[in-house]
Amino acid sequence: MTEIKPLLDPTGRVEPVTQAIIGGRSLWDDARARLFRNKAAVVSMWILGVIILVAVFGPMVWVNDYKAISDARTIAPTLENWHILGTDIQGRDLLARLMIGLRISLTVGIVATAVSLVIGVTWGATAGYLGGRVDNFMMRIVDVLYALPFIFFVILLLTVFERNIVLIFAAIGAIEWLTMARIVRGQTLAIKGKEFIEAARASGVSRRAIILRHILPNVIGPVAVYVTLTIPVVILAESFLSFLGLGVNEPLTSLGVLISEGAKTMEEKPWMLLAPALTMAVTLLCLNFIGDGLRDALDPKER
Amino acid sequence: MSSLQRALSRVPWAYTFRRLLIAVPTMLAIITMAFLMMRAAPGGPFDGERKLPAATEQAIAAKFGFDKPLHEQYLNYVGGVLQGDFGPSYKTLGKSVNQLIADGLPISLTIGSLAMLLGLGLGTLLGVFAGLRQNTAADFSVMGIAMAGISIPTFVTGPILILVFSLGAGIFAVGGLGQYPNIGMNWHNMTLPVVALALPQIAIISRLMRASIIETMRSNHIRTARSKGLSERQVIVRHALPAAMLPLISYAGPAMARVMTGSVVIEKIFGLPGLGSYFVNGALNRDYTLVMGAIIVYAGLIVILNLVADVLYAVLDPKVKYD
Repeated sequence: MTEIKPLLDPTGRVEPVTQAIIGGRSLWDDARARLFRNKAAVVSMWILGVIILVAVFGPMVWVNDYKAISDARTIAPTLENWHILGTDIQGRDLLARLMIGLRISLTVGIVATAVSLVIGVTWGATAGYLGGRVDNFMMRIVDVLYALPFIFFVILLLTVFERNIVLIFAAIGAIEWLTMARIVRGQTLAIKGKEFIEAARASGVSRRAIILRHILPNVIGPVAVYVTLTIPVVILAESFLSFLGLGVNEPLTSLGVLISEGAKTMEEKPWMLLAPALTMAVTLLCLNFIGDGLRDALDPKER
Repeated sequence: MSSLQRALSRVPWAYTFRRLLIAVPTMLAIITMAFLMMRAAPGGPFDGERKLPAATEQAIAAKFGFDKPLHEQYLNYVGGVLQGDFGPSYKTLGKSVNQLIADGLPISLTIGSLAMLLGLGLGTLLGVFAGLRQNTAADFSVMGIAMAGISIPTFVTGPILILVFSLGAGIFAVGGLGQYPNIGMNWHNMTLPVVALALPQIAIISRLMRASIIETMRSNHIRTARSKGLSERQVIVRHALPAAMLPLISYAGPAMARVMTGSVVIEKIFGLPGLGSYFVNGALNRDYTLVMGAIIVYAGLIVILNLVADVLYAVLDPKVKYD
């Protein structure tokens, strides 16, 4: 027979409860622990960290300038003059250009994603929170925009108007906010009706506190995941445009520009394609692994 | 009741009809946006290096209706589109936009649908293979490769495929379709473009399918099937697969649209005369009627594909109800 433990000590003595026991673990502690158990995500974070450092500081410290034209055109990787990745058709150091291109691609990825984040969260949360007819109208607009062949509009925008980097940011950001708005709206709607919100309301939590402490943390999760997964999509979109010759202007460059230049000469000089292509692939791989890890960490139902 | 009748009875007609109604203002909005963007653009299609004589300019303006007020041009254009007439091409002399679309669209559509089929087939197989071996070495390697497939853009895989198979092994032509326009005769040379376009789809679909089959295998109806004493093979093929493949339907519609737009790059790399190539060249040359025609055709495709996906979903999934 098993001994049944009384809930309370019959003597009426209550165990002193220390802070350490109650301390518990928040949603975020759990998520962080799960994320750091994911080897692919952790390795990706380290590699991405290095990539970001190289993109930020590499061009400042590297001996060769990305703009400096020389007579040493399309030379193979050599130690001479430190052209360790060779030079391009205008004799510019390929490693220097690669680092600048990486910087531009990452910047486009982050800024355009931020644009889509601001528009998408505001739009989605407003629609989801207000509900009813406003919600209906706002989401109809999203539906209409979804039918646009957006990349075509961006191409049109860039051929018809002056090409500049701000337009690229705005154009790509304007594509990506649609999905963000849908995610945020769906999440807001789903959480609004959950029992724990009702419980919070019943126990007298203020509306402000409900939004900040209960709704927002639950919206942030999927949004954070979507953000990390959007950055690689945006980087791809930018290089897609660059590949078609609609990207950033010379002498600036991006990974997409470098890849399209490399593709032209890949037969005789495959390294000119491989260097930027590998850089791009590794960067995107890292971002995707981190995004995946984040999703698994924040959505424990999956595993 | 035959299965066809049963399927038809599940089509949400009212919903379909309403979606078609919504498609009308959607398409009008798209046409209007494209039209306004064209007219807002600085410089026209006939601005050349040299200034044309005034008489010639007037003649051109009269021929294409530029001398009329803007709203009249707009109404004329919309009227034409509604009758299926996209007008003359500004740059390809003697050809209408309709002819150019008729030339280019079949190529883009063929490549796109073949790539999508390949993606669905291989992606499903790989996803189920990995999902049934969750957290094993086989699973991790398939998913690792899939991640690479997502992360490596088509404009990298395209040139590399050419490098390896055309220039290296000499199996396929470097570019073009050989004796275009006989696509049917030369589908051999469409292999590389289709594979390049399909790779990211295979990767995405296999990831989707893996997650879906893992979830399905835990559901109640699978437990029921097992408890009836069915073999594991039967449980998977007859009970798990149909349920697990449902999310693919809602993915496939928009994905097909994305594959179609993505084929712009593939067409450029492989030198295929598809609608995507026409569009990019048209945009660079300011061939406005061609660009607008292409945008409208693509938008129409997207609307139709999304609608078909949603309706199909309702037909196949008894749990879905559109009000």
